[in-house]
Amino acid sequence: MYRYDSIDRQLLQERVAQYRGQIERNLAGTLSDDELRPLRLQNGLYIQRHGPMLRIAIPYGILAADQLRKLAELSRRYDRAVGHFTTRHNMQFNWPKFEETPNILAELSEVDMHAIQTSGNCIRNITTDKFAGTAPDESSDPRPIAEILRQWSTFHPEFSFLPRKFKIAVSGSTEDRSVLRVHDVGIELIDAADGTPGARIFVGGGLGRTPLIGQVVREFLPRQHLLTYLEAILRVYNRYGRRDNLFKARIKILVNALGIEDFSKQVEAEWAHLKDGPATLTDAEFDRIAAHFAPPAYATLGDDPAEYASARASTPAFAAWAKRSVYPHRVPGYAAVTLSLKAPGKAPGDITDVQMDAAADLADRFSFGELRVAHEQNLVLPNVRQADLPALWAEARAHGLATANIGLLTDMICCPGGDLCSLANARSVPIALAVHEVFDDLDYLHDLGELSLNISGCMNSCGHHHVANIGVLGIDKNDEEWYQISIGGRQGNATRIGKILGPSFRADEVTAVVQALVAVYVEQRTPTERFIDTFDRLGIEPFKARAYQGRDRRKTAHD
Amino acid sequence: MTEIIKDARVVDDAWQTLKLAEGDAAETVALPAAPTLVPLAVWRARRDELLARQTPFGLWLDSHEGPEEIADDLKHFALVAVNFPKFADGRGYSTARLLRERYGYRGELRAIGDVLRDQLFLLRRCGFDAFAVRADKDIRDALAGFEVFSERYQSAVDEPLPLFRRRAAGEPSHG
Repeated sequence: MYRYDSIDRQLLQERVAQYRGQIERNLAGTLSDDELRPLRLQNGLYIQRHGPMLRIAIPYGILAADQLRKLAELSRRYDRAVGHFTTRHNMQFNWPKFEETPNILAELSEVDMHAIQTSGNCIRNITTDKFAGTAPDESSDPRPIAEILRQWSTFHPEFSFLPRKFKIAVSGSTEDRSVLRVHDVGIELIDAADGTPGARIFVGGGLGRTPLIGQVVREFLPRQHLLTYLEAILRVYNRYGRRDNLFKARIKILVNALGIEDFSKQVEAEWAHLKDGPATLTDAEFDRIAAHFAPPAYATLGDDPAEYASARASTPAFAAWAKRSVYPHRVPGYAAVTLSLKAPGKAPGDITDVQMDAAADLADRFSFGELRVAHEQNLVLPNVRQADLPALWAEARAHGLATANIGLLTDMICCPGGDLCSLANARSVPIALAVHEVFDDLDYLHDLGELSLNISGCMNSCGHHHVANIGVLGIDKNDEEWYQISIGGRQGNATRIGKILGPSFRADEVTAVVQALVAVYVEQRTPTERFIDTFDRLGIEPFKARAYQGRDRRKTAHD
Repeated sequence: MTEIIKDARVVDDAWQTLKLAEGDAAETVALPAAPTLVPLAVWRARRDELLARQTPFGLWLDSHEGPEEIADDLKHFALVAVNFPKFADGRGYSTARLLRERYGYRGELRAIGDVLRDQLFLLRRCGFDAFAVRADKDIRDALAGFEVFSERYQSAVDEPLPLFRRRAAGEPSHG
C-alpha cells in the first residue's frame, strides 16, 4: 500500500493544527458556527441527532492492520467501542465529544490517517474495487490512480467550495465492483487498442433524490491527461453548477440540463486550455506511485490445496462460508476473503473494537497485514493462502466475522438511519434486523442465492437502495415511519435504478413484503435464474400483485 | 481608513466599492470622486465616461460573472476584484485562476465580500494577492490564514508545478 513520505506527513500534521485552531476559535467565539460548519465537514465532523459524528477516511478502502488497531483503540477511548463502516470506504464514530475531535485526528495522523474531505462540498474520498490488485478480471490496477487522485484532490485550491459534494470512483476490471456509474465521475481504466493506458470517463451518475446513471463523457482518455481533464470537468461544474437549490446542485443536474453532448463540448473547450499543462501526469510519477502497490511476496502455490478441499468436504459450515466469502485471486493458491459485518442482530457495517483487533490480527497472520473496506460494508482480506482458509475461518467465526451470507439477502447495505443520523426520515437498522430475523435460515438463504437488499433512511440514499434488487427507502408521513420498496435495481456494468412497487408500507409490513417478493421468485424461477433474472423475465407485475395482496384488508385492520 | 491585506501585509486602502442598490441604474448612478471599484454593469454602460475621468477605477466581478466578460478590457483597470457573496460560494476561485492563467492579468486581484481567514490560503493559491477581510473580523488575526500548509500537491497560480514534478526535479521544500 502507499507509504506516506515526510511531505504527506507534514501536511497531515498541519491539517490537524489547522483544525484544532478552528475548533478553539469556535469555542472562543471568534469563529461562528456557520463559519465553522463547512470547515469541520471537510474534516468529517457532523453534528448529528445525539451529538457529533466523525467520519474517518480510508482512502480507496485500503487499511493496514496497524491502522485498524488504531481505530479499535480510538473507538475504545473516544467512542463506545464500536465503529461503523459506510458505503464509501469511511469509518464513522457516532459518539465522540466535540472538543476531543482534534485529539482524535492527531492520533489518527500517527498512523497516516485522517478525516480529510469525508464530507463537505468538495472532492470526497476516492473509492474503488474492494478486490483491486487481486481480481482475476482486472486489467488495470486502480490503486495507483486512486492515490494520484487522493493527492491531487487533497486541499484542492480551486475546488474546495463546489456547489455540492463530488464523488469519484475508479475501477480497472471487466466487471465493475465500485458502482462507478452512480458517481459524479466514474473512471473505468482501459487500454486503447494500441495498448495506451487510459480510461473511459463517466459523468453525472448519482443516487439521492434524483437517481441517474452516469453517461460516457469521453470514450477514451489517455492516462497522462486524467488530472487536466478532471480539472476541466470540475471547473465547468464549479462555475455553472446550480447553487440556488441544494437539491439541484449535483453535477448530474447540470449534465442533464445541458445534455451530455453540450456538457462534453464545454469540458473539451475548457480542457483545450489545460491539456499538456503542468498538471499533466508523467509516466515517471505513475511508476513511482505504482511501485507502492507492487504485489506482496506471494509463494508459488497451486490452486485448491488438499487442506482446503478436505475441510470443505468434512465441514459443511465451512463449505457454506467458503462458497460465499472466498473470492478468486489472480495468483494461484491465493484467495480474497470477505469478513462479513452482517451478523444477525447486528447493525450492518458495525464493528466492535474487539472485532477490529481480531480482524487486524487475521490480516497480519493471513494477508500480509492488509485489509480492504468494501462498499457493501464488509472487510476483505485480499491475499489469503487457500491452505489457510480453514484456520482463518475458525478464528473469524469465533469473532462473529464469518457469517456465510456474502452476496445473499442478509448481506444488506444499510445506512445508520434515524437512530443516529439527523437527515434520516425513518430508522433503517431496525428494518435490517427484522429482515435478518425472518431470513435467518442459512440453507434457505443459500438456496435463494444472489440477492441484494439495501436500506436507506432517507432520500440521500446512503444505503444505495436504488441499485439493490430489493430497495427499501424510509420516508416520513405525518411523523410516522413508512417505507417505499423498489425492485429490480442492480450494480455493476448493467447498473440500473430499481422501480418503485407502489404505495409505501408501514415498518411492520416490510418483512412480509420482502417475503412476498422472494416467494414470487421461488415459485417462478428456472433452475439457473437469480432473483434479478426472474425479475427481468417476468417484469414488475407479479411481484407488485403479491406485495399488495391482502394489504387493503391489513390496512383496514390497522386503521 | 479601511485596511486590507496586500501581499500578506495589512495596509491602508483608499478604494471604494460601488454597489448598485435597489433602484440604482448603472447608467445614472453617481460615481464617487475617490478611486472606485465599479460593477460590470457600470463598466458596460459607462465605459467612455470612466476612461475619460482622471480618477483611477477598477472593476469588481460578482460570483456569477465570468472573467471572459472583461478579458479584453483588463488593461483599463487599475485593480480587479472578485466578490464572494458567501464564503462557501466557490466560483471566485475559478474566476481568479482564469484571470491569471488564461487572460494574463498581472495587476492587483482582490477578494471582496465574505472574505475570511480560513479561506486565505486557498484564495492566494488561486491568484488573489489582496484581501478585503470582512469588516467585523480582526484583519491581523486573519494573516495567520496564510501560514497553514508548507506544501501543496497541485498546480495552481502560486506554484504552477505540482508536487510530483518538483519531487522529480528534487526541489520540494522538504522531503
